Amino acid sequence: MSETKRETDQVTGTETTGHEWDGIKELDTPMPRWWLWTFYACIIWAVGYWVVYPAWPTLSGEGERGGTVGSSEWTQYKQLEESQSEIHARRAQYQADFDAASFDEIKGNEALYAFGLAGGKAAFGDNCATCHGTGGAGASGYPNLNDDDWLWGGKIDDIYTTVRFGIRTSHDETRFSEMPAFADMLSNEEIDAISGHVVAVATKTTVTEQGAQLYADNCASCHGETLGGLRDFGAPNLGDALWLYSASKEEITAQIRKPKHGVMPAWEGRLSPSTIRQLALYVHALGGGEK
Amino acid sequence: MSDISAPNKLFAKSLRIFPKRVWGRFRQIKWLVMVILLGIYYLAPFLRWDRGAHAPDQAILVDMAHQRAYFFFIEIWPQEIFYLTGILVLAAVALFFVTSLFGRIWCGYACPQTVWTDLFVWVERLIQGDRMKRLKLYNAPWSIEKILKLGLTHVLWLIIGLMTGGAWVFYFNDAPTLLEQIIHFDVPWAVTAWVVALTGSTYLMAGFARDQVCKFMCPYARFQSAMFDKNTLIIGYDEERGEKRGKKKKSESWNERGHCVDCTACVQVCPMGIDIRDGLQMECIACGLCIDACDNVMDKLELPRNLIRYDTPLQQESRREGAEEETQLLRPRTVFYAAFLAAVASLMLFGLISRSETELHILRDRNPLFVPLSDGTIRNGYDVKILNKSHEDKHFRLTVHGMEGLVLRIQGVGEISADALLVYADSVGHFRLFITAPNPAKKRSNIEFFLEPIEGGDTSSYDGVFVSG
Repeated sequence: MSETKRETDQVTGTETTGHEWDGIKELDTPMPRWWLWTFYACIIWAVGYWVVYPAWPTLSGEGERGGTVGSSEWTQYKQLEESQSEIHARRAQYQADFDAASFDEIKGNEALYAFGLAGGKAAFGDNCATCHGTGGAGASGYPNLNDDDWLWGGKIDDIYTTVRFGIRTSHDETRFSEMPAFADMLSNEEIDAISGHVVAVATKTTVTEQGAQLYADNCASCHGETLGGLRDFGAPNLGDALWLYSASKEEITAQIRKPKHGVMPAWEGRLSPSTIRQLALYVHALGGGEK
Repeated sequence: MSDISAPNKLFAKSLRIFPKRVWGRFRQIKWLVMVILLGIYYLAPFLRWDRGAHAPDQAILVDMAHQRAYFFFIEIWPQEIFYLTGILVLAAVALFFVTSLFGRIWCGYACPQTVWTDLFVWVERLIQGDRMKRLKLYNAPWSIEKILKLGLTHVLWLIIGLMTGGAWVFYFNDAPTLLEQIIHFDVPWAVTAWVVALTGSTYLMAGFARDQVCKFMCPYARFQSAMFDKNTLIIGYDEERGEKRGKKKKSESWNERGHCVDCTACVQVCPMGIDIRDGLQMECIACGLCIDACDNVMDKLELPRNLIRYDTPLQQESRREGAEEETQLLRPRTVFYAAFLAAVASLMLFGLISRSETELHILRDRNPLFVPLSDGTIRNGYDVKILNKSHEDKHFRLTVHGMEGLVLRIQGVGEISADALLVYADSVGHFRLFITAPNPAKKRSNIEFFLEPIEGGDTSSYDGVFVSG
């Protein structure tokens, strides 16, 4: 138990604090004087710091972000600006090299390629992910950009053109095609036979002669005799495993009767030419890019 | 005793200590240890160690800019910083072990604070003379002589401080290059800042703070008492033999009185300013200088040595009771510290021996999880990182096992084949890998990556997954 009886310790001659725990007493040894001087030195240092560096908030909220500026005029905001401008300068050099190089040159240069992909990734997240998804996996009606199935071409120049002018936009250079609504031209039975033919070819089951004939007469001019599609018109490949909308016969029938036409905006004018090139590089590198 | 009602002083001026010069066994050991330790400190950065063309040839180097640390045959990358933890654990336990066996000999002989203070006192003595002369000069009014002597002492201290800071930076830069830069006054600002900071701290700690560091700053000085027991080596004054102390009159016989003649030689040489005859004290750093001082006096009096000696509390106690007890070195405490030390050391040794020159890390894409392709196959994407810790450029063959019909493709600049992935010496190779497989029945298949260094070496492996639905 602690008691409070101050006494002088016999061994050291120092006064105790008067506290005792199980026979152990605490000496009240004075602090060394230099410790006090160190404390005063810290206070003086602090005063000097206030003068030299930003320290106090001002009532008016003026000065550097609402505080005193300090005689050195150093602030962390200025430091941030300086280090950022350093990075901007370094980036500008990359940017200049990137803009001067062709796609082939960029793909042969590790640093420029990495620069393009990094910029493309950021721009993709800001502008393209809304429809195509952050990983570019798309959704029904919005193509998956990772795969090897391209409506308008998967070479880097094709992708660049698509991004730049868009699909079915008001831009003069836009990629444009329109599949007719066959509900106005063919009977329900005929349309049903065509969709049946498409499903049969895609799933590698037996085709009917009527379906094949109707397909050849109405569809083959754009989608190809072997259903391979035609990229000049953005006509999808109907013979592969991938579908823009759905693989079901009902959906295919509906698409033949009254087709949906997707629109992709033209990014020229909205994004810088350089950013569009970075986007093309990025999408091409997602895995399905063609040579 | 003192007036208890009087207010206690909150602060007291620390008295400056002027240790007297002493000759003897322990003083010689201390000089020797000082020369060896300072020699290591100043010369170690200049040791060379050949690591080939792609790595620095400095034996001990912490290369902050390139994120590598070298210690002779050991090389550490930033992600292996846990070795530093191991070294710190090792140092701490070794200190506990030594303390439980031999008391505070670290403090008395090897601690930098002790070594540099010793050096500074030596300079002080060289310029101002021994204890009495220094005391006299200290108390004398200001004069040309005092200004000159004190000035010269401080200049020499600052030069030593400068050399201390100057040596430190060599551990972080190529020493010969930096030496040349220093000679030409063309050093990076970081080097200058470190030299200035360490010059200041050496000057302050060894010139002024000295014993105050041990008494008021050092945590180790305080928690060492937890490692003490009755068998721990301490400096002890033989009270039975020494008391009753006092100046010896010619008529007195040694048999009638204590052997201590109260010459205070032990007090005058003490760098901590204590009287060892008061018993074991918190301040005592076990340097043994008081033993040397007392032995010299005993020799002159033609009395046996060891009135003050390295002792253990157990032996002190048993002598008082007239019994003779052996000091036990093998105690649960020392055995435990030794075992723990051995365990940590072998763990680190195992880590260093089994450290691979190649590391493989593979991160699977999560967005998209998998990509169906037009021919019905499935593709997964992976980020592959190959760490080549060797000092040669190496080619690696990456293969995948666990599934049928896998096709590997590396996406990158130029044509890169998974059969020959080039990773430069002492660097990390980053590759984008696509694996295509015929649509498997399982939605998740376990696969295993193998990385084989083509130029020879151990194959690394990494467990992975192929997702298809």
